[in-house]
Amino acid sequence: MTASIRTRDLRKVYDSPAPFAAGIAGYSPMGTPGPKGKAKKSEVIALDGLSLDIEPGVIFGLLGPNGAGKSTTVGILTTRVRPTSGDAQVCGIDVWKEQVRAKRLIGVVQQRPNLDFSLTAREILSFHAAYFGIGSAERAKHAAELLERFQLSSRADELVRGFSGGMMQRLSIARAMMHNPQVLFLDEPSTGLDPQTRLLLWEIIREYNKSGKTVLLTTHNMEEADALCSRIAIVDHGKTIALGSPTELKQSIPGGYLIRARFSGASETLAAKLRQLPGVSEVNADGGGIDIYASRGGPLVGAVVEAASGAGLDLLDVHISEPSLENLFLHHTGRSLRQ
Amino acid sequence: MNWKAFLAMLSRDAHVARRNFVPMVMQTMLQPMLFTFVFGRVLVSGGMMTQSYQDLLIPGVMAITMLMTGVMGVAMPLIAEFQFSREIEDRLLAPMAIEWLAVEKILGGMIQALAAGAVVAPAAWLVLGRGTAVSFSNVAQFACIAILVAMMSSAGGLLLGCSVGQTQIGLLFSMVLAPMIMFGCAYYPWSALAAFPVVQKLVLINPLVYASEGLRGTMTPHVPHMDLALVIGVLAVMNIALIALGLNRFVKKAVG
Ligand SMILES: Nc1ncnc2c1ncn2[C@@H]1O[C@H](COP(=O)(O)OP(=O)(O)OP(=O)(O)O)[C@@H](O)[C@H]1O
Ligand SMILES: [Mg+2]
Repeated sequence: MTASIRTRDLRKVYDSPAPFAAGIAGYSPMGTPGPKGKAKKSEVIALDGLSLDIEPGVIFGLLGPNGAGKSTTVGILTTRVRPTSGDAQVCGIDVWKEQVRAKRLIGVVQQRPNLDFSLTAREILSFHAAYFGIGSAERAKHAAELLERFQLSSRADELVRGFSGGMMQRLSIARAMMHNPQVLFLDEPSTGLDPQTRLLLWEIIREYNKSGKTVLLTTHNMEEADALCSRIAIVDHGKTIALGSPTELKQSIPGGYLIRARFSGASETLAAKLRQLPGVSEVNADGGGIDIYASRGGPLVGAVVEAASGAGLDLLDVHISEPSLENLFLHHTGRSLRQ
Repeated sequence: MNWKAFLAMLSRDAHVARRNFVPMVMQTMLQPMLFTFVFGRVLVSGGMMTQSYQDLLIPGVMAITMLMTGVMGVAMPLIAEFQFSREIEDRLLAPMAIEWLAVEKILGGMIQALAAGAVVAPAAWLVLGRGTAVSFSNVAQFACIAILVAMMSSAGGLLLGCSVGQTQIGLLFSMVLAPMIMFGCAYYPWSALAAFPVVQKLVLINPLVYASEGLRGTMTPHVPHMDLALVIGVLAVMNIALIALGLNRFVKKAVG
């Protein structure tokens, strides 16, 4: 079976600030502000050889810190960002060779809201479907269904410029589903949603996926990735650094438990000592803070305290977390998502 | 080519334009109508202008109105749609090559420009007291010029709309459109510039000159005007250049 989404060695180098951001900040009518030499320096490597294979009918999660290249990946797969090099395919169709065919297969929710402010919610859905050649009776029916599903019926005939952020987000997702795309791209779909609406969204995404559709979503929320996705890729600096099902990924963390401890000082001998403790698989020291990956949590703390006093240091703070994607993320990127 | 998507986008623009109809009409029609009244009626009846000046005004006012409607009708929505809100995104994702969206914008602007011309010409004729002689004897020639003028206006709107940001709209008016109108031979024939040979040569880069002279030549042939074959040729070349540049800018602006 052909993969639903396939990328090979995708690279994207942005060589100037975003064109519309420049239009606002700068005052030059023809694009890049400032002298040409300066513009060259602001080269950003957003993707650095990203390869993905996503099977049909899965909910795939793309996780990564800010600036990792998630939106750029989605942009390339949805004809909105031209790759510097590499291949991108959706359902076997090369996105950059057959744009129109590819666009027929996809539905997209971009990270920045981009609703048509001149229209009402119902008109937005209806016109969207019209662009895809859907007849007016079917359009009206499907729009009404989706408005109901996303709890927007009572505001359906208002202009969307008066909508709250969460309402706009819901409408954007409804719009992307209007033409029943084979592959749905959701770039941070749950930002700005209250907890209850987030649960509603999860339910809707699962439902959509049950009808055999592929969903690619990006998120910073580990709970969301864990709850929704059957496969996950963690990206950082434009590369995939881990790939698998949530369970596989959690098991791949050395030890599983993470003990983050802070001491009254830094000591290499302490770190070395901790590495010797039974059950400890990895120790990362950074000044007074030490991360210990181990196969047990609480029972190890006594031994840690002992080791610290042996090195002449006091334990100031300790935090134990169970195996989770959060720890996995920290392990791979050195950064916590919550920071 | 996906006609269904194309027509749906055209009807979206029509729908939005209908909603903004009154302010839109005020914006493009009020100025030329006031001008027609002051110069064609007040100054003429006061003896400060000769009666024959009235004959000049109708084609000139029509050219200005069509130009402004086409440029504003395409550029202003485009600038807004490309701004932070990126409203245009949904149409860029429609199953149609994105160049056609730019073509749709040009066609929509042409329809608006032609409609504005069709309203402003009789309105000016009424304001002028119905006395002026306007001829539509050569319908094919008139239609050809009017369509070329409409196309040039909206293609110009596409190019400007893709080259200018929201913060520069004021500059667009004062630095581009105002001089174009003043040196557009709309309120005087091009031959009247003979006393200023340098200016007379310089204004030849101004598309509005050909619009005014062309409409003048076909509607009021007795007033001095440029050779119409030449006007049609220049308008056609300018159209091709503006459309090519506009499409190019549009695609650059649309894809990251
Ligand atoms: N239009 C653009 N012009 C220039 N640089 C860009 C543009 N879009 C993104 N970048 C840069 O590319 C890199 C990757 O950005 P991208 O938006 O793909 O990250 P992301 O993973 O989606 O991040 P976030 O979680 O913040 O949404 C960043 O360094 C960003 O500054
Ligand atoms: Mg992003």
